[in-house]
This record gives sequence, C-alpha cells and structure tokens, in this order.
Amino acid sequence: MSAGMPFYVSPEQLMKDRADFARKGIARGRSVVVLAYDNGIAFVAENPSRSLHKIGEIYDRIAFAAVGKYNEFENLRVAGVRYADLRGYSYDRSDVTARGLANAYAQTLGTVFTQESKPYEVEIVVAEVGEDSSRDQIYRLSYDGSVADEHGLVAMGGASDQIEERLTQHWQPGMSLGPALRLAVSGLSLDAAGGPDRELGPESLEVAVLDRTRARRLFRRIPAELLGQLLSEQDPTDDAPAVEQGRAEHDSPRQASTNPQTQRHGDEATPDAD
Amino acid sequence: MTRQRPAAGDGGLPAAYLRTGSSSFTDFVAEHEPSLIPSRRGLPPGGTIDAPHGTTIVTLTFDGGVLMAGDRRATMGNIIANRDMEKVFATDEFSVVGIAGTAGLAIELVRLFQVELEHYEKIEGALMSLEGKANRLASMIRGNLGMAMQGLSVVPVFAGYDLQERIGRIFSYDVTGGCYEEHDHHSVGSGSLFARGSLKKLYRPDMTPEQAVRVAVEALYDAADDDSATGGPDVGRRIWPTVALVTVEGARFVPDDQVAPVVDQIIAERVGNPGGRPGGRPGGPTAGPSGGPTGGHNAQQHEGGAR
Repeated sequence: MSAGMPFYVSPEQLMKDRADFARKGIARGRSVVVLAYDNGIAFVAENPSRSLHKIGEIYDRIAFAAVGKYNEFENLRVAGVRYADLRGYSYDRSDVTARGLANAYAQTLGTVFTQESKPYEVEIVVAEVGEDSSRDQIYRLSYDGSVADEHGLVAMGGASDQIEERLTQHWQPGMSLGPALRLAVSGLSLDAAGGPDRELGPESLEVAVLDRTRARRLFRRIPAELLGQLLSEQDPTDDAPAVEQGRAEHDSPRQASTNPQTQRHGDEATPDAD
Repeated sequence: MTRQRPAAGDGGLPAAYLRTGSSSFTDFVAEHEPSLIPSRRGLPPGGTIDAPHGTTIVTLTFDGGVLMAGDRRATMGNIIANRDMEKVFATDEFSVVGIAGTAGLAIELVRLFQVELEHYEKIEGALMSLEGKANRLASMIRGNLGMAMQGLSVVPVFAGYDLQERIGRIFSYDVTGGCYEEHDHHSVGSGSLFARGSLKKLYRPDMTPEQAVRVAVEALYDAADDDSATGGPDVGRRIWPTVALVTVEGARFVPDDQVAPVVDQIIAERVGNPGGRPGGRPGGPTAGPSGGPTGGHNAQQHEGGAR
C-alpha cells in the first residue's frame, strides 16, 4: 500500500478526508426520522420508491433505518438479519438485542472506515421497542463506527441538524402515533436550502412502526391509505388503535399468526416468559 | 446523549455476513456454521440408535383451508418417551408442518425451517410461495438422507394455504426428499395406515372447519385403536390432540377447550360401537352421549350429518 502512495499524508488528514467524503455522500440523500410514540417507535423516511426500502425489519422487536448509499446500507441490513436470525436460532429469540447488533455494526463500520479504501457513506439507526417506553432503545451509528444512544428521536441524512432542531421543540414523550407522524413529516418537509417547507404526501413517504401492543413480530409497515388517515388532522384515526383497525383491513393474517417457536403458549402477550 | 467511538477489536460482523448471497438461512448457516445443520454432522459408522419417535399425523383439506392434527405420543421401542409432545407446528403465517420419525431431529429441522421462511421474508420483503416452501423443506429432508439410512429418518407432512390459488394444499415427503402433492387428505407415521383408512371413509369435500376437526380427531382415534405407538385420547390427564387450521386468515391452533368436547363425544359414541359404525350401537349416539360434556355446536353438527 505504501509503495503506491508517493506523498506522506498525516493520519489526521486522512481521517478528516474520509469523514468529509462520507458526510458529503450522506448529506446528498433524503432524510429519515425515527421517533418514539406512546405505543412504540415510528420510522419515517422520505422515499418515493415502494421497493427499495430504507426501513427494514431485523427481528421480533428490532428494526433498522438508514440513509446514504443504498447498496451499502442494504448490505448492512442483510448482515443484521443474518446476525439476528443466527443468534436467535443458536440461542433463544429473547437473546437477540439491539445493543448487541449496534455493537457489531459499530465494529464493522469502524473497521471499514479505517481500513478499506473508502468508508461507507451511510448512517443507520437500530431500534428496539421495550415493554414500555422507558425501555425503548434507539442507537444511531455513523459512517466511522461511532454510536450514540438516543432518547426519543433521531434525524439522519440531508438537513438532519435542522430537522432535529425542529422536532426537538415539539416532540414530547407519550405522543400518540398520528401526531408523532405529523411531527416527523413536518421535520422532513424542511427545505435544506432554507426555502419554504415542501409538500410531502403519503406516496412519497415510507413509514413503519415497532408496535409494542402486538405479539412477537412487532414490525409493521404502514400502507399509504392508513398513512393518509393518520396524517390527516381531520380524520379521527389519530393514535395507536388506528393501527389495530388498519391491521384487520390490510394484513390480518400476519397478526393472527401463531408464534411458531413457542407454539400455542406464545399467544399470550409475554413471549418467552418461561 | 452519550457518544462514543468503539475500540478496535473483534466483535464486528464476520465477512460472511456482509457477502452478497442467497436469501436462504440454511445455505448461510451451512457455509458459515455448518455444525448447526443436522445433515452436516457426521454420524459414527455402526448400528442404529434408539431415540424417541413421533407417531401419527393426519391432514385434510376443507372448504377454505387445510387442517393438520397429531397425537401427542413419542415412543422409544416399547417405552412411551413422552405423552404430551407437540408434533404439529406453525412454520409461518400460512403453513404448518407435522412430523413423524426421529423426534429430536425432526424438531430441529422444523425450527430451522421456521427460521428459513422468516429469514427469506425479511430479506426479500415478500412471503415465499407455498410451492417454494414445500421445495425448501424437500431439500432439507434430502440433506438428511445419510442419517435416515442409519435409522434416524424424518418424515414430515406439509400443508398450507396457497394465497395465489386460494385453497389449502398438502405436500408429502419420502426419506429421499421426494415431494408429492396430496389431494384431499394424507397421513404419516406409524398409525398412518389406520388413520388413512378412517379418513377415506369420513372425508367429504367442502366440509366446514368444525366437521374437519371432528374427522381428524376420529381418524387419530382409529389410529390409536390399532397402533400401539399412537397415543389415544388421554382423558385422565386431559391431553388432547394438537389441531391446527390454516385459512386465508393464517394458521391457528384449535384451543384445548374446543378439542376436548369433540374427543369426549367420539369416546362416548364408541362405547359398544368400537368401529364407529354409522348408526352406532343400540340406542345409538343420537340418544345422547352418556360420557363427558359435549360442545353444543359439535353435537348438532354430528347429528346434522357430518357422517
């Protein structure tokens, strides 16, 4: 490697260049907001694509959100699913934690940042919904492998600083889903260049929740129709029960499914209790 | 907010995790940690070993779905190894699998298959097709052939609701991994011959789920009647067959308090009429079963001509 490098570059300069490179790549993309609400954690991304997701299910209580280069964060998402499924298979489902996964991601991102020819241009969130909101965990991971344990809300990508500033003013613990989503969308519609807010409809948003009121697999995508109702101030569907209602209409089989691992005993809301 | 940079060291995701590859969990594990795959563990050469065996599973289609039921016994030679083993499992929202053969191996295989389906769903963002699931299971059975030749065979039966065709479908397997679609009904395990005979007589197309439950439980009763390895209804311990239904609503298990009255009714009807001949014993079932409680709708459905 040194043979190909004619000039001396100080480690400080090298790291700074890499960080600038990664930051620039991340800032080019659209933003993602992750925020806690009374019955869970909501993930809101500006993403017109219906198939190239920025938000994904990792495990029973754990989800993933990312900004930056798609192929890079998709790679990390798949690695996370492999990590979680293998761990759950060889130990127990309750042994898969967001903290463990965040650590693994941090190590990986850190190694890539210092050792590969270019750092990953991504920022990711790994979140785990708890039995109650005090036990929710939201980890934000940067391109260089640094981890932050966040409380309540996170914004990543694009104009994340301005978005986070706006959200922090209005976010409060215990918000129901409707208002929380409206707040997230108002943050995402901020114009990075300082212009007036943009209009963001359900069709340009990708939204999912980890809903602690459900059983076992708590991740659920919010389809555009239900999202429209949740985002509308007039519509009465305004909080978590709306998710229940939409659930019956949109994908009831998923909710009615039996816990395959704990069989019939898993029907109770406390899986793995014994 | 606490922010920290991790120290360099191990603990990161191994390179295999980040490699682009298939959406199959089994393939990933076989490559990365082969010891977790049953078929990758070599067996010492030599004779067969004794291990608990699962016994009888029955499955049949009904109007709007498919049902699978199993007795609760596992045997090891002449010993009853387990009285309340579950041998019918939900493998994902729309499919169930029932197992006969070496119980330990079969349960491990089912667990692997469950993760396989969920893993695919998460990575691909879509459910696998029913035939895709049946084929994945076939390849897992195929991998087990070496063990089967040493006496550790696993013979599952797979059933699910086909979301494209909108019907319940049944797939059977042989030890070499051959996968065959069955129509109407099927049965595997030591009592399967007797259960199959019973199903043949009792099965009607377009049954309601309640009627299907009754037919399945009766077929298991007939299997237990003639096969010593199949567990009959254990009234003393209140252990009932496992019964799972798969419809467009997904897979669910029939709760014990709905299975128990069906079992009690069958037992009552077989008193003095062990073959379950229609018309029954003198004074017949229509005179009212004398033993145990009966669920109202079950009694009605029976008299209303389920048989």
